[in-house]
Amino acid sequence: MSTAAQRFLQDAAVKSADLMHRELIRHNLDSYDAAHLKGRTRIKDWEAARQKCQEIKREAINHLDRYLLQFEEKVVARGGHVFWAANSEEACTYVKNLATQRGVRTVVKSKSMVTEEIHLTPALEKTGTRVWETDLGEFIVQLRDEAPYHIVTPAMHLNRGQIAELFREKLDSTIESDDPTDLMAVARRKLREAFFAAEMGISGANFLVADAGAVAISTNEGNGRLCTSVPRIHVVVTGIEKIIPRLEDLAVLWPVLATSGTGQGITTYSTLIGGPRRAGEADGPEEFHVVLVDNGRSRLLADAEQREVLHCIRCGACLNICPVYRHVGGHAYGTTYQGPIGSVLTPHLNGITEFQHLSYASSLCGACTSVCPVKIDLHHHLLQNRRNATEAGATKSSERIMFRTWRYAMMHPRIYALGGWSVRKALRVVYGLGLAGSILDPMRVWNRYRSPVPLPTESFRALWKKDGRKNLGPS
Amino acid sequence: MSKPRTVSLFIPCFVDQLLPQVAVDTVKVLRRVGYGVDYPEDQTCCGQPAFNTGYWDEARPCAEHFVRVFKHADAVVCPSGSCATMIRTFYTDLLVQSSLRQDAIALAGRTFELSEFLVKVAGITQVGATFPHSVTYHAACHGLRELHIHDEPLQLLREVDGLTLIEMVRSEECCGFGGTFAIKFSDISAALGNSKAESVAATGAEFVTATDPSCLLHLEGILGKRRASTRTIYLGSILAQDGLAQKSSAQEKS
Repeated sequence: MSTAAQRFLQDAAVKSADLMHRELIRHNLDSYDAAHLKGRTRIKDWEAARQKCQEIKREAINHLDRYLLQFEEKVVARGGHVFWAANSEEACTYVKNLATQRGVRTVVKSKSMVTEEIHLTPALEKTGTRVWETDLGEFIVQLRDEAPYHIVTPAMHLNRGQIAELFREKLDSTIESDDPTDLMAVARRKLREAFFAAEMGISGANFLVADAGAVAISTNEGNGRLCTSVPRIHVVVTGIEKIIPRLEDLAVLWPVLATSGTGQGITTYSTLIGGPRRAGEADGPEEFHVVLVDNGRSRLLADAEQREVLHCIRCGACLNICPVYRHVGGHAYGTTYQGPIGSVLTPHLNGITEFQHLSYASSLCGACTSVCPVKIDLHHHLLQNRRNATEAGATKSSERIMFRTWRYAMMHPRIYALGGWSVRKALRVVYGLGLAGSILDPMRVWNRYRSPVPLPTESFRALWKKDGRKNLGPS
Repeated sequence: MSKPRTVSLFIPCFVDQLLPQVAVDTVKVLRRVGYGVDYPEDQTCCGQPAFNTGYWDEARPCAEHFVRVFKHADAVVCPSGSCATMIRTFYTDLLVQSSLRQDAIALAGRTFELSEFLVKVAGITQVGATFPHSVTYHAACHGLRELHIHDEPLQLLREVDGLTLIEMVRSEECCGFGGTFAIKFSDISAALGNSKAESVAATGAEFVTATDPSCLLHLEGILGKRRASTRTIYLGSILAQDGLAQKSSAQEKS
């Protein structure tokens, strides 16, 4: 078992037994559910909107080569720079070098999961650059030196009391109130200093619009616009899969993203950025860079079966509905992307041997697939990941032997029947001796949390053979 | 398809071995509403345990065996939404290169979970059952999201004489069974099961029912461990109660 798997098992066991954690997450997600359901009613035909979004993303991903080049051409024509990063290291090196060459000492960031994925902040901090997360949730988890708990709401696991305590410790020991408005004011004052000191702003992108050559960013706090317009340099760090063909596609993607993410009709700020400040413009950065990160995505593109995983618009809806996420929480996954999309994606991005366990950590209930706004067949991709894991030899050999034995029995009805009878008989003996749950009980993992399964003396097939043909049922 | 007169029973392996009463009750209900019932004795398992664990090469021959056993059936009825899903949804993926693929696709079109067979194919919601108890309904995942069974079980339950239906919160949230998931991630599975048990308990109902005895097997274990007063009972077992024998057929312990 990989170390990531061992850690996941331990953390998931602790968190899923933590009822206070469950109540907090349930409370937060229940209010999300209500907003999401209400939000959906604003869209005349939700299913048609999902279908449209799926088609747009499918077209974009199937013609990624063409649309990315179109995007690049437009950005470069306006004086922007586009850097193609094959992996995390290339992306980080580009941004680090840029910061060093331009004498950048302070960076402000708006929320971006891709920068988490490539570990950009620690890379910049190593060169002595001060990096500020300016999304309130990200700011909070940065102060706690934690990873985001959720791809959309990074500090969802904390209540206001914990946040007040954190701010007292790290920002201002005189804070007394734990009122959200007061706490926000503290963060705002602190972050204003950073916005005006920063020479570089880093953002992600929700969409890259090919025909407009523009980066589309959806935010709610206004920090995104400050990051992208106040500092001298703006760097967009994003995945190549964020491309969409046309500006008009945003007419459906923006409201669907907002509805799926937070239940809003549209996010408070919806921004399109096409390049650096031009002559005669009052604000905007002098330099504009877009770092297009591959980092395993083109490998996924080559996989016809799972290519659609690249359609993901990172709305977080699959996390919110996932019963496993709701019980183990975001940190147990130990990955940048949590929940169903993370469990599908991470083995592709970070290695199947190390992360195949996440594909198994699902009951395959399919709730994720039912809410995905771009209709990614998430739980079936988990099944394919499992198949890929066994084919890659990433699972236990004892398990393979067990399933080979099982197959033999299932191909031979008499052996199956005899096997079933023997197991029931043996278990009855074990339980009869009061050894349920002991080391001698092959069902002890089951029995740790459950009372033993019933062990009837006769199987259905035996009952049928005896008199089922005639006597079962009404006389 | 034209209405079949005889149906072939597909009894999942765990029902055969651990919950034979579920199968007996399924036979009773089908016969009571006028169907002939056939049980092909060479059937074993649909292959889902191996398939879901990623062992598709091991699952495939079982699936082929299943198709061979059932391919001449007019209609296949299964007392489990999950196992019916295996035939309906997954065989086409699993048998994509098999010589039996066309047979599998045709068979998928003739395979039904019990409640959807009764309501959608047979057109029956009143099966003449009596069950004077309070019952809450758990919407089992595979039936709900793979087979799109929403209202059929509730239509059947509403027609049962004496039955009081109590809605539970989060009725569509997974109970946490998930096949080998329940063993591989026992802690998480049990946490989900306990959440479901709390939703069940909050209804105060005497019984919790579902279209899937696999969910109920897990839930019965969880409820048993919690010493909860609510018991599980398979949907078909409620429908089989004819009012003559009022002994409860809640999943029997031996």
